[in-house]
Amino acid sequence: MRIMKLLLVAAASLGLATAAHAAGGGKHPHGPEEGWTFEGFFGTFDQAQLQRGYKVYREVCAACHSMDLINFRNLGMKNGPFYDPDYPNPNDNPVVKALASSTAEVDIINQEDGSDTTRTRLTSDPFPAPFANDATARYANNGALPPDLSVIVKARSGGADYIYSLLVGYPTEEEMSTKYALLDTSNASQHYNPYFAGDVTPQWGGDPRHRHEGDESAHAYEMLPPGGFLAMSPPLFEDGVEFDDGTPASVHQMAEDVVTFLAWASEPKAQIRKQMGLVTLIYLFILAVLVFLSYKQIWRNVEH
Amino acid sequence: MSGPSTYEPKTGFEKWLDTRLPLIRFAKDTAIDFPTPKNLNYWYTFGAILAVCLVIQIITGIVLAMHYVPNTAMAFDSVERIMRDVDWGWLVRYIHANGASMFFLAVYMHIFRGLYYGSYKAPREVLWILGCVIYLLMMGTAFLGYVLPWGQMSYHGSSVITSLIGAIPVIGDTIKTYLQGGPAIGNATLNRFFSLHYLLPFIIAGVVILHVWALHVPGNNNPTGVSVKDVKKDTVSFHPYYTVKDLFAILVFLFIFAFFVFYAPNSLGHADNYIEANPLQTPAHIVPEWYLLPFYAILRAITFDLGPITAKLGGVIAMFGAIAVLFVVPWLDTSKVRSMRYRPLAKQFFVLFVAAFIGLGFAGANNPDDLIVAFGEDKLVVAYTDETGAAARSESFAEYHDAEHFIEGLDESAGASMEVVKSGFKWLWAAQFLTFFYFAYFLVILPILGIIEKPKPRPLSIADSVLGKHGQGSAGGTPVPGAANAAAPRDDA
Repeated sequence: MRIMKLLLVAAASLGLATAAHAAGGGKHPHGPEEGWTFEGFFGTFDQAQLQRGYKVYREVCAACHSMDLINFRNLGMKNGPFYDPDYPNPNDNPVVKALASSTAEVDIINQEDGSDTTRTRLTSDPFPAPFANDATARYANNGALPPDLSVIVKARSGGADYIYSLLVGYPTEEEMSTKYALLDTSNASQHYNPYFAGDVTPQWGGDPRHRHEGDESAHAYEMLPPGGFLAMSPPLFEDGVEFDDGTPASVHQMAEDVVTFLAWASEPKAQIRKQMGLVTLIYLFILAVLVFLSYKQIWRNVEH
Repeated sequence: MSGPSTYEPKTGFEKWLDTRLPLIRFAKDTAIDFPTPKNLNYWYTFGAILAVCLVIQIITGIVLAMHYVPNTAMAFDSVERIMRDVDWGWLVRYIHANGASMFFLAVYMHIFRGLYYGSYKAPREVLWILGCVIYLLMMGTAFLGYVLPWGQMSYHGSSVITSLIGAIPVIGDTIKTYLQGGPAIGNATLNRFFSLHYLLPFIIAGVVILHVWALHVPGNNNPTGVSVKDVKKDTVSFHPYYTVKDLFAILVFLFIFAFFVFYAPNSLGHADNYIEANPLQTPAHIVPEWYLLPFYAILRAITFDLGPITAKLGGVIAMFGAIAVLFVVPWLDTSKVRSMRYRPLAKQFFVLFVAAFIGLGFAGANNPDDLIVAFGEDKLVVAYTDETGAAARSESFAEYHDAEHFIEGLDESAGASMEVVKSGFKWLWAAQFLTFFYFAYFLVILPILGIIEKPKPRPLSIADSVLGKHGQGSAGGTPVPGAANAAAPRDDA
């Protein structure tokens, strides 16, 4: 049917448009072996995982990274980490209230005398920022500014896979002394990661024309590695966090959980979006079929 | 084209209105009774689809403007606030953002359809030119809109485009300053871009009205290119025949649209635009949205000076020229035959042209110095400064050890660094070749083809064609030789 041909053309040209944007610097990122729960048409967030991920963020990432766009109330919204059907208004949720009030107080101005004072953090307040401003953040991090994580999964090509790969992809000491032996690691504030979108040519002590293409052989060290150097040292260590639900805190587990949390935070409405999408597509499909039949009916006596 | 009006006011109010402002008569004549060729295929549904796109963009845009804050300090966060806190804000914004892509997808289909079936030829030149104006306005609107979220691509994309305007001799700098609202891109720029982004869609809507008016005077072209000879035999009324067909096409289109909105809302955008604009940090690759990539490739294809024209100005001229040439297509195509269905040679060149346009899109997405195919030996280049530290120098090597020894021989203060110069076929060359073909298609191929091509016989009328009478030596097929035959009826085609 001609309309099918047309649809194919449309789909193909959009496919081209999508592919035309794909470009990469580091090693091709990958997700966890079992995949993400939030992927695909019916993807959903696992609440226990979101809670674990939030804990990793709060205890590890939050030391350097802000999440300015996230308010505590968001944690209790539908599909959020601490959503409780008993509290449709997340501001009433006691868990969320407790989480908010147990973090740094909020600076305010005393309305009586104009002096600086503080008050308890409320559910309507954003997550506390680790640094007062960008300059402080840079000063504390050897000149590097830790990016805000509010939309980080949307803001990186490769999304959740990229951040997961980056978190678990730091080479071991052994790999650094074998596979990546020709990299100049004399700058202790910079850390090599094969997944980081960058270029290691300046730090590379070999012929930069020898490109690494998934080479795992003994000669791999002669190949220019993919990736780059970043200021963040490996952030996750075995049992760095103690999960409330008793899940063993391996590096992979923590990375998977925190990336899930970050994916949720980047788009808290993603799950609703997918559910609504399915209904919309079914509706449009049925309506299109009905209109197509009307079209056939109306044109039945017209040669065209 | 529209025949004598068949509207007869029935009620008293209709009679009263009809003698004062015959609005109902107008609507009935143009949207219901309007005689439309009965052989229009699905490529002709994109006009209605585009009207739907414009309405969707305007409605979602008005809602977004209620929540958006045009201030460099707040714009990025206000867009995220729409996504998070505004009821259904994520839906409205994703429809608007993906709607732009859908709008362009449809407009490209619409334009290529016009080029293939010769819809720009007499007596539809004005219709075509108005369409080109709409397309140009759309590109401007889309560019302005892309700046508003104030992400990295927004900022650096606008910086590339405004600097281009600065390349125009004499008046360029003044226009640039007016556009930016100051010496650099900042809050003033964002404010006026927001203002213009709100204004242009209504100008588009105005030109669309003219476009539809210009369509209703000669009536629709059709896949055979043969003009309507007999309104009774060749046409059907617009309603219900084409309202139902267009509605079906619109629904199929909305299905694709909805797929992107709900399941891949960010796949057509660039991840960097979710990083707040930072003037001090330029992204590795600055690329526009996909629908502007072919013109971006043409812009970057001119890397050489031509006499007094610098490479930068040359690029700007080529880019605007690529759009300007569309305006004069009706006079560049010398063939008397409208539809390429009956033009064996033109048909093949048209396919090449579409392929070249898509190829330009890829060239625009890729770094010009990256390679399509690698061949030959890559070279190593050592860049350093001489003893005085005043002049930058570079030395090229084939062997790594030679380059290494050379660096060791240099003083520490020379700050030597090694780079790879890749050898192979660059995207730049592809862009240059395709740009050449793009212009050649309009300026050389179309004019010449009309003269040398021998068109196939065309059906006598639309009615003949739908009854399957056209084809080899069919009854009534009037073979019209090329333009050489001055006696050929201009109308046929």
